[in-house]
Amino acid sequence: MLLRGLFNQSKEIQFFSFSNVLSYISLGAILVSIILFFTLGLNYGIDFRGGTMFMVSSSEKIKVSDVRNTLSGSNLGDVSISQATNPLETLSAGTLTSTDNIFMIKVEKTEGQNIETKVKALLLNKVPDIKFLQIESVGSKVSSELVRNGMLAVLFAVISVLVYIWLRFEWQFALGAVFALIHDVILTIGVFSILRYEFNLSIIAALLTIIGYSLNDTVVVFDRVRENLRNFKSLPLLKVLNMSINNTLSRTIMTSVTTLLALFALYFLGGDVIRGFTFAMIWGILVGTYSSIFVAAKILLILDVKRNWDEKESKAGTQF
Amino acid sequence: MPQLSFFRIFFIVIVCFSSLLFASPNFFYSTVDRKLDNPTQPSSWPDFLPSTLVKLGLDLRGGVYMLLEVKTDDVIREKFDFLWTDVRSSLVQKRKELGSIRRIDTSGDQLKIEIGNSENIDFAIKEIEKFNSSTELFSSKWSGSVQRDLLKISSLENIITITFSDEQKRTLEKQVIEQSVEIIRRRVDETGTREPTIQRQGRKRVLVQVPGLGSSEELIALLGKTAKLTFNEVVSIDSSSNFPAKLDEIVVGSEQNNDLFYLLKKRPVVSGENLTNAQPSFDENGLPAVSFNFNPSAALKFGNYTKDNIGSPFAIVLDNEVISAPTIRSHIPGGSGIITGNFSVDESNRLAILLRSGALPAEIEVLELRTIGPELGRDSINAGKLAALVGGLLVLTFMWLSYGLFGIFANVALMLNIILVMALLSILGATLTLPGIAGIVLTIGMAVDANVLVFERIKEEIKKNSSIYNSINIGYEKALSSIVDANVTTMIAAIILFFFGSGPIKGFSVTLGLGIITSVFTALLITRLFIDLYILFYRPKVLRV
Repeated sequence: MLLRGLFNQSKEIQFFSFSNVLSYISLGAILVSIILFFTLGLNYGIDFRGGTMFMVSSSEKIKVSDVRNTLSGSNLGDVSISQATNPLETLSAGTLTSTDNIFMIKVEKTEGQNIETKVKALLLNKVPDIKFLQIESVGSKVSSELVRNGMLAVLFAVISVLVYIWLRFEWQFALGAVFALIHDVILTIGVFSILRYEFNLSIIAALLTIIGYSLNDTVVVFDRVRENLRNFKSLPLLKVLNMSINNTLSRTIMTSVTTLLALFALYFLGGDVIRGFTFAMIWGILVGTYSSIFVAAKILLILDVKRNWDEKESKAGTQF
Repeated sequence: MPQLSFFRIFFIVIVCFSSLLFASPNFFYSTVDRKLDNPTQPSSWPDFLPSTLVKLGLDLRGGVYMLLEVKTDDVIREKFDFLWTDVRSSLVQKRKELGSIRRIDTSGDQLKIEIGNSENIDFAIKEIEKFNSSTELFSSKWSGSVQRDLLKISSLENIITITFSDEQKRTLEKQVIEQSVEIIRRRVDETGTREPTIQRQGRKRVLVQVPGLGSSEELIALLGKTAKLTFNEVVSIDSSSNFPAKLDEIVVGSEQNNDLFYLLKKRPVVSGENLTNAQPSFDENGLPAVSFNFNPSAALKFGNYTKDNIGSPFAIVLDNEVISAPTIRSHIPGGSGIITGNFSVDESNRLAILLRSGALPAEIEVLELRTIGPELGRDSINAGKLAALVGGLLVLTFMWLSYGLFGIFANVALMLNIILVMALLSILGATLTLPGIAGIVLTIGMAVDANVLVFERIKEEIKKNSSIYNSINIGYEKALSSIVDANVTTMIAAIILFFFGSGPIKGFSVTLGLGIITSVFTALLITRLFIDLYILFYRPKVLRV
């Protein structure tokens, strides 16, 4: 077969020979992300900011400045308009045609029906053949709850993972895994901050899935580390770690590639509504794969692991 | 050599067959959907096959999603206002003993009364305690049974504080919400849409989902109004609101004229809850109106009132606005009447619906409103299908190119995996959303992981020159620990998403979680079965993974 043996490299890659540089890069990236988060901030969707969003389509070209002028004079608060990349360009089966221009219009106010009727009337006046594909309105009460729930969910996920890994391995492994997760989450937030992609509920879902996936990767490496620590008792930890990463490398690459293949299909064909979500996932898979090797294992190396796995007193480290 | 127990094969075949059976309607969605719509019509979908479809979320089929909050505090405040009127008139008669009587702090969830002579406070409390079983306090339609000891009465110096017990408050809240859900359901049903969902959420909230509705305007017009209708005696009419209102009187504006105000008796003659019917109709001038009927007791009250007040106006009040104030021209004995106002035909239709369905016990606030047009939903389905198909094909090809025959084993398992997920979604009645489709596509990518873990281990064992069967056995054994750990951690994320997520996100967590379970099942049992069968029947000399 074509790809067979592609990953059957016989030479061991020395992952830790360049890990110091990468550690600094990682730390730097985390720092930059945190700074970006506090300075530039995130482009919150109405889920988290509150407000009303109109997704509209029209066969005519809508002049963004025109619409902005019409709306901003109407006491609606902040108005923002952006053209969506047409989700249907690649699609012939859709009911919307590729000649339709799709726009997202966001206004700050919510007050239910009044805003909706008002904006609809204003837009119909300006663009007679406008179609309203989707209208979402989230009040400030709900949006603040959604923010709180989102943060709680991510926090909960990290804590449960910490506990699970601690039970199954040792505390050094748990710290390594959790630090890798935090690394992934912060970097994802950083990328969203730079690229100004909308940060909404589905991105929280993506973050949690990234946590799950990244951990998946880390755990597979750790599992092998634990096994090799048992088998090669006198080998230095660095060598054991490096061997374990090499052992699992082809699996890491295989799974990342299959997942990425599916995600790229979603990204290009799955439509605009979930494009942000798939972008977050693709980024997360890349960062997650990187972090399970260069962050999680590196931390394990720094913290040092106890080597007496066979002794009975240890309750942790149950192996199936 | 591998052992093939009858039980193992039987179990796998049963699971695969039944999941295929339950998933099958979804592959002929429109045919089955038509059959479900018209069960009497002949259909090409056979009767003996299951016809449970995966429920599509609003983001896929289009519709309106609405999160409402019922302002239960208002009801409690109203109760105390009511109580204060009664308590005051009772205490006023004992003014000699009590001195001045004053309500302080009108914040709402309590009634604080200050009296002049603090030494007689016990006397006042005794008077108030008479209200402790007041039927009046909970007498309206939604009250349920009247309970004793509704009020917690405490005093400090010359101030008496009356509150509801926490339990009482909860009961009250519960009743208000339940009644609201009922009224909302009646009103939504009037729109004639298919399968609306109306459910209570949390303590004070109601979630309304109406699939197939293209715009929320009609729905909001129906739900946004409390529709509290009362018929009140008019004391006087003026162009400014500066009336010297007495305690049992209230100033209400006009619905049509901003410069017209009415001074009305607070206690209505009759109210909307006594209506038995309301229909859109036309008045004698051919203008849209709403005709109504009272129940017998209200008809009697209304009849007596009109007999005694011929020539004076009375007000028809809807949600604290006077919609009209006709003059009583004659005795109206039959308990039926007509409401005129400046209605359009649509408005009179809507008012009739509102009056028929009854008044909401409290005002509701729209917290969240999402309208998805049907075009967008259809396109999302098409886009999701296409992405799943292309993503699936890419993964299948990649697996085949990487692992050859074993890749094909994994691929068959992967396809069964998708069918299993669809079957489980149908059986559980879970809702498929766009993020849910993303979850399935993601599952396609991640599902092969367990197989990959095993195959890589087998490869390693082959390199160590183990025998063929040993390599496979040890490969599975050693990979198990990683498979469990890796999937438990993803499962944790899915479970947390399920509990914290709302709407579409919940749909994602469901498909992700189901995908994890089925992918482990298919990798450990189905792929293994294929491999064992292959070894058993082909007896390969070398294993090429």
